[in-house]
Amino acid sequence: MSDVLTAPRSRRTVEFFLLLLALAVAVCANYLAGIGREEALGDYFWSQAITLSAMSLLIHLILRFRAKYADPVILPIVVALNGIGLAMIHRLDLSAAQINPDFTPVAPQQVLWTAVAIGAAAVLLILLRDHRILRRFTYISLIVSAILLLLPLTPLGLEINGARIWISVGFGTFQPGEIAKITLAVFFAGYLSTNRDLILLAGKKIGPLQLPRFRDLAPMGAAWLVSIGVLIFQRDLGSSILFFGLFMVMIYIATSRVSWVLIGLAMIAVGVFVALELFSHVALRFDSWINAFAPEVYDRAPGGSAQVVQGLFGLANGGLMGTGLGAGRPDLVTYSNSDMIIAALGEELGLIGVVAIVMLYVLLVSRGIRAALGTKDGFGKLLACGLSFTIALQCFVVIGGITRLIPLTGLTTPFMSAGGSSLLANWLIVALILLISETARRPAPTTPMKDSFLEPLGVNGKPVKKKSTKEVSR
Amino acid sequence: MNQAIRSAWVVAMGMFALVLGSLTFVQFFQAEELTENPWNSRQLYQEFGRQRGAILVDGRAVAESVPSNDQFNYQRVYEEPELYAHLTGYYSLSLGSTQLEDAQSEILSGTDSSLFYDRVVRLFSGVDAQGANVELTIDPEIQQLAYDLIPDGQRGSIVVMEPSTGNILAMVSKPTYDPNLLAGHDTAVIAENAAALSEQPGLSIYTNPATESLVSPGSVFKLIDAAAAVESGRYDAESEIPNPPALEFPGIQYTLPNFVTGGCASRTTADLEFALEQSCNTAFANIALDLGEAAIQEQAAKFGFGEELAIPTRVIASTFPSDLTEPELAQSAVGQFDTLVTPLQMAMVSAAIANDGEQMKPQLIKSVRAADLELIESPQPEVLRQSVSQETANQLTDWMVNVVDNGTATGAQVPGVAVAGKTGTAEFSETGDNAWFTGFAPADDPQVAISIVMENVDIPTGQQLTSPSAKRLIEAVLNR
Repeated sequence: MSDVLTAPRSRRTVEFFLLLLALAVAVCANYLAGIGREEALGDYFWSQAITLSAMSLLIHLILRFRAKYADPVILPIVVALNGIGLAMIHRLDLSAAQINPDFTPVAPQQVLWTAVAIGAAAVLLILLRDHRILRRFTYISLIVSAILLLLPLTPLGLEINGARIWISVGFGTFQPGEIAKITLAVFFAGYLSTNRDLILLAGKKIGPLQLPRFRDLAPMGAAWLVSIGVLIFQRDLGSSILFFGLFMVMIYIATSRVSWVLIGLAMIAVGVFVALELFSHVALRFDSWINAFAPEVYDRAPGGSAQVVQGLFGLANGGLMGTGLGAGRPDLVTYSNSDMIIAALGEELGLIGVVAIVMLYVLLVSRGIRAALGTKDGFGKLLACGLSFTIALQCFVVIGGITRLIPLTGLTTPFMSAGGSSLLANWLIVALILLISETARRPAPTTPMKDSFLEPLGVNGKPVKKKSTKEVSR
Repeated sequence: MNQAIRSAWVVAMGMFALVLGSLTFVQFFQAEELTENPWNSRQLYQEFGRQRGAILVDGRAVAESVPSNDQFNYQRVYEEPELYAHLTGYYSLSLGSTQLEDAQSEILSGTDSSLFYDRVVRLFSGVDAQGANVELTIDPEIQQLAYDLIPDGQRGSIVVMEPSTGNILAMVSKPTYDPNLLAGHDTAVIAENAAALSEQPGLSIYTNPATESLVSPGSVFKLIDAAAAVESGRYDAESEIPNPPALEFPGIQYTLPNFVTGGCASRTTADLEFALEQSCNTAFANIALDLGEAAIQEQAAKFGFGEELAIPTRVIASTFPSDLTEPELAQSAVGQFDTLVTPLQMAMVSAAIANDGEQMKPQLIKSVRAADLELIESPQPEVLRQSVSQETANQLTDWMVNVVDNGTATGAQVPGVAVAGKTGTAEFSETGDNAWFTGFAPADDPQVAISIVMENVDIPTGQQLTSPSAKRLIEAVLNR
């Protein structure tokens, strides 16, 4: 296993200044969103500014003390994305309130969720200290994932717009599938890092392709079943694609085998075909992608193309420069503060603004993959790369769907869309990537280490049993 | 393993590249096409979201945009809607806009080039774009009087203008409607209201009858024959014209009679004064047959026939037919057959005669003012053409005064004021007649030119609704 060396410098001060910049962007965007429509510097302005600043500085401080070699760019990027998202959600609240005075604003709740999500990330950073501990929970993660994915199907579950992916949690709704994304990643990273040698060495070779043994296909099969299960029982195409992409990339990284990718793609093709045949909602989405501008498709309910077409109109209205925050009509697009938030941002910030946002994602994903390259343990590499790739895939599915590159599926834009579970899950992912990047960048110890590994780990991810006291005393 | 991670990164970057490419495609290359898509309501929202300027009459808004609590921000509201409906037209979400709302749309919405400086100032001062206000030449009292002079249920139009400037003081038509019904923000309600209005007999919400409906002028067209006769130099006050009770044409069954109960029957030859006074058909038919089609047509054109106008609302062209047989020419010359005029056209004929033969362009706009009331533009009186010489105009004026003093328009007499006028009746056997009055006063210093037409009435009712109404309007204008 190769590794990439980085000069061991902490860079926390760089992070601090970048963070100030990110906060300035977030707070200014929020101010501009409300300008001329509400009392300047009102309650919401301060709650957004203070929550975001305080919580992100908290993470910054934790990193200073607990993971001082963590990547300095990741936190500012995520804070900027989160802040711009909050500003846009707030701006859409103002439009909605103009039409319906009884409208309950979404943004204050999203600020609350931001606080909860960053708080959870902080707790994870403090408690975990080192991502390799997670390897111990490989199989527990699998069980937790199964429970999380099954939760919406229990009486706790809620069906919203035909998809059964929410559960009711007292003060609101929650998508357990978002957290399952992380636990599944942990399971696959643990399983594959432990068993990759076995998987790699066994199997027939046909031509240039090294085919896996049938029994080694088991995790792939499990992944496929989970994805199809999510599609069938929860009717959530987006999450299904995301899960499958996550598994595919992790299996590929573990094995470096193109054959696995080809098998995976074949399985996707089968899955898509089956879904098209069996489920009207998938077929409708496909049709409203291809024939979005046909009148009968546009007005069809459900499954019409009005949403994607209105989103395109919004993007077109923004053009190169955008209308400016608060000056466009992104509220004409349904779900403009969640699934379609990129259309709203594209309209008001223009192509230039939305490209800048996409570049933030590019940087974030690249830094995550850089951490995967840098860390020395296979588990960390798999986890960091899998999670980072998921963010890229999610952006692709969302923005590709909005721009009609691919069919539109209901997925959140990471860190920006309204929705607590997605925000929480993505902040936890950020905490994990930060921890992994810390191990990647930390200077190699020059003196015997005492505390950097809490416990030595065995090949199966379980701690090596300590020698008996009898032996030691001897 | 790191090689695979690098490959994964390349795939991720590939996905981002695709997404950036498709964003660029949509927001840059496809943007114009998407903006013009009929399903795209953003332009509409943008236009309707602006504070549109008001249409003012004597300083009071008859159409204005008031803040609304819906997604359009502003609602167009019409004051005294029925009185001004045909002038303002409507500004409707689903039906577009008509009349002044259409013709002055760029000014009202603030996008006109004359408002460029204003827009630049706003751009830098950060104040929301606001349209300019349009002040009309209408006199609200005259407008109201004219409106009241057309009985409800009667189809008719009245135009009152100033001969020396072309300013329109009143322009009303009935039946009318309430443009507020079409200016709401619920397209279903608009469609319902439009359907209900379209069932009202004689009403079209799309047109202003005074400028966009063509009606037979009947005998008021004889003013043009008389003008042609005098201008030709072949007729003067002394000319005796054959005035048989009926005009027969060789080889066909048609005869053109004089009005049976009128005074024409008392003479078999008539001078122009008498022919106008009693409105003798055969005398004017003989003039037209003598001068020929081209001469009548030319004189009609000199009064503005055959020409569209923008005042700034659209005025359609009045027509005098061409390629006529003799009986057709005879009929056309007395305002029947295919001779068709707008009510405004006849007011323009009287106004030209009143203004020493010089025809002024009718004008509805007194001034355009920015939202801060700064004057941007005020149209100056504009000469259209010399319709007849000053001498001819004076001669015609004398004859028209005689019509009011001794002839068919005695109902228009105003004590102490010399009123010039001409009545007309265009006959339609099935639907009734069109009753006309056109004229001006005072004859020596004209302040007001009038055209009144009542459609589909019987003759006594028509006489009641025209000349006496003209008297009331003249009194109102002169007593202002």
